[in-house]
Amino acid sequence: MTLTLAHYLVLGAILFAIGVLGIFMNRRNVIIVLMAIELMLLAVNMNFVAFSHFLGDAAGQIFVFFILTVAAAEAAIGLAILVTLFRNLESIEIGELESLKG
Amino acid sequence: MKTAYLLAAFAPLVGAIIAGLWGRRIGRAGAHWVTILGVAVSFFASLWTMSDVLNGNTFNGTLYSWATIGSVKLEVGFLIDTLTVTMMAVVTFVSLMVHIYTIGYMADDDGYQRFFSYISLFTFSMMMLVMSNNFLQLFFGWEAVGLMSYLLIGFWYTRPTAIYANLKAFLVNRVGDFGFLLGIGLVLAYFGSLDYATVFKTAPEVVGKTIEIMPGAPWAVLSVACICLFIGAMGKSAQFPLHVWLPDSMEGPTPISALIHAATMVTAGIFMVARMSPLFELSDAALGFVIVIGAITALFMGFLGVVQHDIKRVVAYSTLSQLGYMTVALGSSAYGVAIFHLMTHAFFKALLFLAAGSVIIGMHHEQDMRKMGGLRKYMPITWITSLIGSLALIGTPFFSGFYSKDMIIEAAGLANVPGAGFAHFAVMASVFVTAFYSFRMYFLVFHGKERFGHDEHGHGAAHGHDDHGHGGKPHETPAVVTVPLILLAIPSVLIGLYTVAPMLFGDYFKDVIIVGANHPAMAELAEEFHGWVALGLHSVQTLPFWLALAGVASAYYCYLVNPKVPETLARVFSGVYRILINKYYLDRFNEIVFAGGARLIGKGLWKGGDQGLIDGIAINGSARLVGWFSGVLRLVQNGRINSYAISMIVGVGLLMLFVLIPLMQR
Repeated sequence: MTLTLAHYLVLGAILFAIGVLGIFMNRRNVIIVLMAIELMLLAVNMNFVAFSHFLGDAAGQIFVFFILTVAAAEAAIGLAILVTLFRNLESIEIGELESLKG
Repeated sequence: MKTAYLLAAFAPLVGAIIAGLWGRRIGRAGAHWVTILGVAVSFFASLWTMSDVLNGNTFNGTLYSWATIGSVKLEVGFLIDTLTVTMMAVVTFVSLMVHIYTIGYMADDDGYQRFFSYISLFTFSMMMLVMSNNFLQLFFGWEAVGLMSYLLIGFWYTRPTAIYANLKAFLVNRVGDFGFLLGIGLVLAYFGSLDYATVFKTAPEVVGKTIEIMPGAPWAVLSVACICLFIGAMGKSAQFPLHVWLPDSMEGPTPISALIHAATMVTAGIFMVARMSPLFELSDAALGFVIVIGAITALFMGFLGVVQHDIKRVVAYSTLSQLGYMTVALGSSAYGVAIFHLMTHAFFKALLFLAAGSVIIGMHHEQDMRKMGGLRKYMPITWITSLIGSLALIGTPFFSGFYSKDMIIEAAGLANVPGAGFAHFAVMASVFVTAFYSFRMYFLVFHGKERFGHDEHGHGAAHGHDDHGHGGKPHETPAVVTVPLILLAIPSVLIGLYTVAPMLFGDYFKDVIIVGANHPAMAELAEEFHGWVALGLHSVQTLPFWLALAGVASAYYCYLVNPKVPETLARVFSGVYRILINKYYLDRFNEIVFAGGARLIGKGLWKGGDQGLIDGIAINGSARLVGWFSGVLRLVQNGRINSYAISMIVGVGLLMLFVLIPLMQR
């Protein structure tokens, strides 16, 4: 059996779905949300790489590097926010982060 | 000659502006000098114009073009003919007398300069009204005299009754002016011009045209236009049922009652109808309406004069009745007679009013006739002049009022429009009533027991401007008051016999007042006329003379010989008396139906429209809607990051569907 584009896309979709579910179902921890977002970004990367390979265009793989960089920066900022959040609220539980409530 | 026209119209305006704007700087004497000078210039310019017109030089031209809308020109212009100069001379003469008289009457008033400014401005407005050669300027003058009347009735603006009276006058006049405006609108719509000459020339072409005010009922355009115009005259000339403002207007200072509410402004309606004679002649329906309204006013307002106790109100009701006479003359197509009566009436009614004012000054601002009596000893000049005025009013032969009044009665008898029979009866009966109330007033004031001196306190507080001091005997008034009385008494006696022949039966109003061949009253009158001496002598054989004599005799009996008679009559006919004292309940009716109705509508609109619809639904309603909607939206903003994320993802999913579905369908 050879690996076709569909396999990669399905893998990407599964990863993305896991990321979404991670955000949806997790009710406790902001770190898990950050990890889920990372997972979704990876799913996108997977699609980019797969398309790049099967269409024979290197631009997609170059784009992946950018996304990885941005994801790293985003993770750094996210963790920094998390630290200050913890200092202020003494908690990182999602249920308590509701000061935006209208 | 244009100089004279301009001087006649604008000299009073200049005086009014100077006295009004710089009144404090020029002082009291300055104010009366400048305005009297203005009116005197206007008077002499009017006389100059009159002599010129009598030489045959009439004028009809534009002075100033204000605006042009399509083919309609809005202009200021003068039409100078015999009708105009008659009015000009009467208005400026009476106004001049009143100006001089005011020096005495208002001597102690704080608003001296303001008063002079107002009456001069009034003179200007009246001149613009009578000299106009188009409907627009007529309307301007019409509204301006109404405004001046409003300002002057409420001259003592700290008195609630004066404010009530001037508001009433303004509102009632508004009803009339609305009709007048509708009339002008109809004229403009069907004649396409506001210029008198053009309108009168095209009038015969409009005769056949009809208008459907209510669907299915075509009315002649001319009748509708004339009746609308006459409704304006009813407001201004205080004809039944729009007369209610005039008796109340006696709240104003007496010179104003004489100038505006007796001699000049109230005659504007009569003048206007006479000016429109080429239109009114073409509509028997309008003439019938005019004559019936005039007859009702002449008779029924006279009755009211009989029960009044306030000296000024008696004269006011007599004015109403005399205006009714003029209107009857108009309805009989005897326009010249109406103008003739207008002229004689202006003199003797101004005289009577100024004499009443002189009595009021002499009595230290007491107006109740029950507290007067026997004044002839104290005020000889006022006494004689009032007697002359009263004799002229009741139509004593050879006095001015006799000629005009007799002609009106004759004309009403000869008229052939619907309602003329009733009008003839009404004016005839009114002769008796006029004589009765005039001499009732005369006897109560100048003869009989002296009833003053008992109640000297109580009215001083109401008249703060009175510094004559109380408790003294009545005194004759100063020369500035008595000289105008004498000057007015002269024409009150003489003007009738000098002018009756040329004005009514000569060529004086030829081509100015047009009378149709189907209304022969004037022509028949002319056939019977054989000079003023014959008319005066012949009168002894006619009914009006004996009616007037009976009126005087019964007044003499009731108020001098046997003063218990009026009380007994009032008790026996208490129902009639109550109706009269309540002025036929017209005030009450207006108060309840029109004022109450307006208040009810206002309250409905306030509660329902403003508070309910606008505030309740439009303003508070939209605020409440926004509140409710944001309450719903607030549920979405629950502060949970998860749900924000979910909505983001659902949103992205929806967006993708939105973009992808069209792509897949391709």
